[in-house]
Amino acid sequence: MTHAVVLGALLLLAAPGTLVAQSGPPLAVDTTSPAIHSSFMSDSALEAATTAIASQLRCPVCRGESIQDSPSELAGEMRTLVKTKLAAGESPAAVKAYFVSKYGEWILLDPTAHGFNLVLYAAPFVLVLGGLAVVVIAVRKWTTAARADGAQT
Amino acid sequence: MTALLAHDALIVSLLVVLLGAVAGTVGIRRQHADWVQVAFGTIYANFALVTVASLAMIYALVTHDFSVSYVAQVGSRETPLFYTIISLWGALEGSILFWAWVLGAYSTAVIYINRKRPGTLVPWAGVTLLVISLFFAIMLVGPANPFRTVFPVPANGPGPNPLLQNHILMAVHPPLLYLGYVGMSVPFAFAAGAMFSGEVASDDWIKLSRTWTMIAWGFLSAAIIAGMWWSYEVLGWGGYWAWDPVENASFLPWLTATAFLHSVMVQERRGMLKLWNLNLMVGTFVLTILGTFLTRSGILSSVHAFTTGPIGYYFLGFIAFVLIGALVMVAGNSEKVKTRGRLESAASRETVFLLNNLFLTAFMFTVLIGTLFPLVAEAVRGVKVTVGEPFFNRMTLPMITALIFLIGVGPALPWGSASAQVMKKKLIPPVGAAVVLGAVALITGVRNPYAVLIFAFVGYAAFANVREYWIGMSARHSAHGENWLTALARLVRGNRRRYGGYLAHIGVLFVATGIAASQSFRHESEATLTPGQTITVDGHTARLVNVWGRQEPQRAVIGATMEVVRNGKVVATAQPKMNFYPTQSSPVPTPQVISSIRGDLYFNLLAFDQNGANATVKLIVQPLVPWIWFGGGIVVLGAIIGALPNRKRRTALAPAAARAPVPAVPLPIPTVEGGEA
Amino acid sequence: MNWKRASWTALIAIPVLVLFAWGFTRDPNNIPSPLPGRMAPDFRLPVVTPGEPPTTLPVGDTVHLASLQGRVVVLNFWASWCVSCREEHVTLQQFARRYQDQPVTFLGVLYNDFAAPARAWIKAMGGQQYPSVNDYDARTAINYGLYGVPETYFIDGAGHVAYKQTGPVTDAILTRVVDSLIAALPSAGGRPATVRGDTAAHTLAPASPRARGTP
Repeated sequence: MTHAVVLGALLLLAAPGTLVAQSGPPLAVDTTSPAIHSSFMSDSALEAATTAIASQLRCPVCRGESIQDSPSELAGEMRTLVKTKLAAGESPAAVKAYFVSKYGEWILLDPTAHGFNLVLYAAPFVLVLGGLAVVVIAVRKWTTAARADGAQT
Repeated sequence: MTALLAHDALIVSLLVVLLGAVAGTVGIRRQHADWVQVAFGTIYANFALVTVASLAMIYALVTHDFSVSYVAQVGSRETPLFYTIISLWGALEGSILFWAWVLGAYSTAVIYINRKRPGTLVPWAGVTLLVISLFFAIMLVGPANPFRTVFPVPANGPGPNPLLQNHILMAVHPPLLYLGYVGMSVPFAFAAGAMFSGEVASDDWIKLSRTWTMIAWGFLSAAIIAGMWWSYEVLGWGGYWAWDPVENASFLPWLTATAFLHSVMVQERRGMLKLWNLNLMVGTFVLTILGTFLTRSGILSSVHAFTTGPIGYYFLGFIAFVLIGALVMVAGNSEKVKTRGRLESAASRETVFLLNNLFLTAFMFTVLIGTLFPLVAEAVRGVKVTVGEPFFNRMTLPMITALIFLIGVGPALPWGSASAQVMKKKLIPPVGAAVVLGAVALITGVRNPYAVLIFAFVGYAAFANVREYWIGMSARHSAHGENWLTALARLVRGNRRRYGGYLAHIGVLFVATGIAASQSFRHESEATLTPGQTITVDGHTARLVNVWGRQEPQRAVIGATMEVVRNGKVVATAQPKMNFYPTQSSPVPTPQVISSIRGDLYFNLLAFDQNGANATVKLIVQPLVPWIWFGGGIVVLGAIIGALPNRKRRTALAPAAARAPVPAVPLPIPTVEGGEA
Repeated sequence: MNWKRASWTALIAIPVLVLFAWGFTRDPNNIPSPLPGRMAPDFRLPVVTPGEPPTTLPVGDTVHLASLQGRVVVLNFWASWCVSCREEHVTLQQFARRYQDQPVTFLGVLYNDFAAPARAWIKAMGGQQYPSVNDYDARTAINYGLYGVPETYFIDGAGHVAYKQTGPVTDAILTRVVDSLIAALPSAGGRPATVRGDTAAHTLAPASPRARGTP
């Protein structure tokens, strides 16, 4: 929102009672309102599914936040859209695919696990397992050496 | 006028630093003690000159001297004085000036304190610090000169980045971060000095290095916590860590420095892991420079990134110099620090330290790879990808869990080897605490297995670390008849590093508890309310009183007044706001947090009606968030205790604490078992 | 000092440094859109500001994108609170006036804004040649993969997105893209055209429904 809106709003708020015809639909969308009724899942299940997907989509106007976390209005509209699509019976995968088709792979906070991206997913396991192997080998070598020292003296 | 003077000071500082680096190198090589003294002198002189330049910048900011380019960039007549002063580090050029100043202060302190140490280690360390300073001096005279003259002189400026003038923590977080980051240059300089002087195989210098690492680590820990707090209070999404590249950049050197502070004890006690420790020390410094480079050059997008420019290429040159230099130095000296590894038993504190280092290092590389992967993927596949919170959380959670477990096991196990009896006595009792906390977590509804494990391990580790205090105190209490407080004070004074370390562990456990609880039990809801309507989240009800607006000199503010209602009575009021700065398209959210020891109510204003008829408010209820900030404070306290010098043993000042005769209780007693080698 | 080992180890730095050096040639904030080459997402949105003759439309009327097929369409997402929108405004208006007799339709899409401040903004900025519609629930913005305002989408005669401009447009971009799209219209001979952008090059779909990427 905007400076222009604000200055206008400031004037209006400063002078209560002044009424201006609503010139546009409200910016905020109440995502908690039970406007969407699903025949496919209960309200709480729909809510949970929406949260799950929204947490995996990157907010385009923010930097690095998910649309679930972001307080920006576009993120709010996107959450509503996720919910609407789920309520209409689309699968979570289809909802994500819709956003990828509009924004590219960039919008997924969790990169897809295939192809070159597998390097990313494999790295932590390689690091921990490789490190564990090094630790085990070192401890073995050192304890053997210490025993050999002990045997000599 | 001031600007010209300050710029002259910076030019002189560049020449002085250059002179010092050359004089130092030649002096050490040719064994001219006078030349070395000149090099030391240039370190002090450089500090004085950069201080003059920094004060001149503050003066220019405060007097709104818009003929100075940096002031024209970040200053404005409407910005409050406090935020005007701290905008010294609010943009790139100023932050480089501040960096140079902190580096000058550290260099001066380090060299002055150690100036009489025999050998060439300190002179070489001085030269290393001068070379690092040289980079910043070049930046300040050339591409990042904050004192460029602006003509015609603008009547006013845009003011600092709104995000940076919206909260008081911006006065705290950046200086702490610089003190932590720049502080890591000192142990690096000692390491470089040890390698250049040939002292690297000895163990003496590592103690110098260790103390300064502890100091820098304390600042870095504080900076990370303050940064989390700042994003919690300012960014408006109710979170404190988003795995943003800048956050990661501050975290990477913290991980390696933490690993170093542990593994250095193995070197001191056993003479092992010398090469590994050298790697950690040098790696930590490289990571501080890498982190700065990644986030300041604009190569990765970030909330906190400054604007790009030719400065990036200078940084690239510097990082190339540092990276290649570090690799050459360590690899070239690796044979000198080869050690014979000996370990009596796998069940020993040494093994725990090895595992701790393994997980911390794997953690560091995971975060580093995740941060750089978008760049790599674009280079390889030509596709932009995002590596975000879900990836980092999923991958690092098992490592965090393992590390918390090790916090409990480490202090319990003795050095060398542990008999089955000792292990039983030490490792079994904390299981009770683990079971209790794990059960509490399950009963209260934690379902994520890692979260349950973390709660259980927090219980385990808390028991184990507090027990170490308890054992020491009760031994003193029964042996000397000291009251508990005296016993505690003397116990800690007798071995500051050891008990400082345990305290830091306890702080980390508070942080872990706060994070685990707030992540597990976060409840949130948003609603558009008209005055009088309420929103209820997780049993907490708040009522919208009104929506109001106010014009301030530097910004316009829209706020909503909310009352927290409990049993029909108003128990607190909150005023989440939106701040509109003229230079910013979107408003800066200004959430309000109502904290108690049990947790936070987090109010954020998302939208409002133009005539004040309604407001859209988000309410987030998160338990135990303040524990994170509190735990951070404890960690820092632990670092302070650990960094203070130990009293020399057997001094007349503290005979009781120092001599510590064999106690009557047949328990492994701290003065016998641990601490200073 | 073991120089041999040292130099070999130093080689590790090379790929890292090459990666960073390459990274400098990229803008992390410029994310390529998958839309060019595909059918432009359709919409029906209400007119919120009328524009000026001869391209005026009454406020409250609905604009249906599909009904504009056969013409080149320039969609400009904007908002009154957007700082960079001011930068491109004059350029856009001059261009639209210059091309008002050509087979090209300009349309503003008001994003995340109210009608009143939008009208006030247009007045303050010296008018807007073409009408604007209101994307009140941001659904169209999301359909177009909008990252922020301003963004401009160029749609060819067959209804495909030919080019997307993130950030303010320049006269050079407008001229190049619009001219080549007009040249590719069936009425003008219908040759496929190629548009080279500053950040990406997209082969423009030929003006036939069998173009690539048709959903």
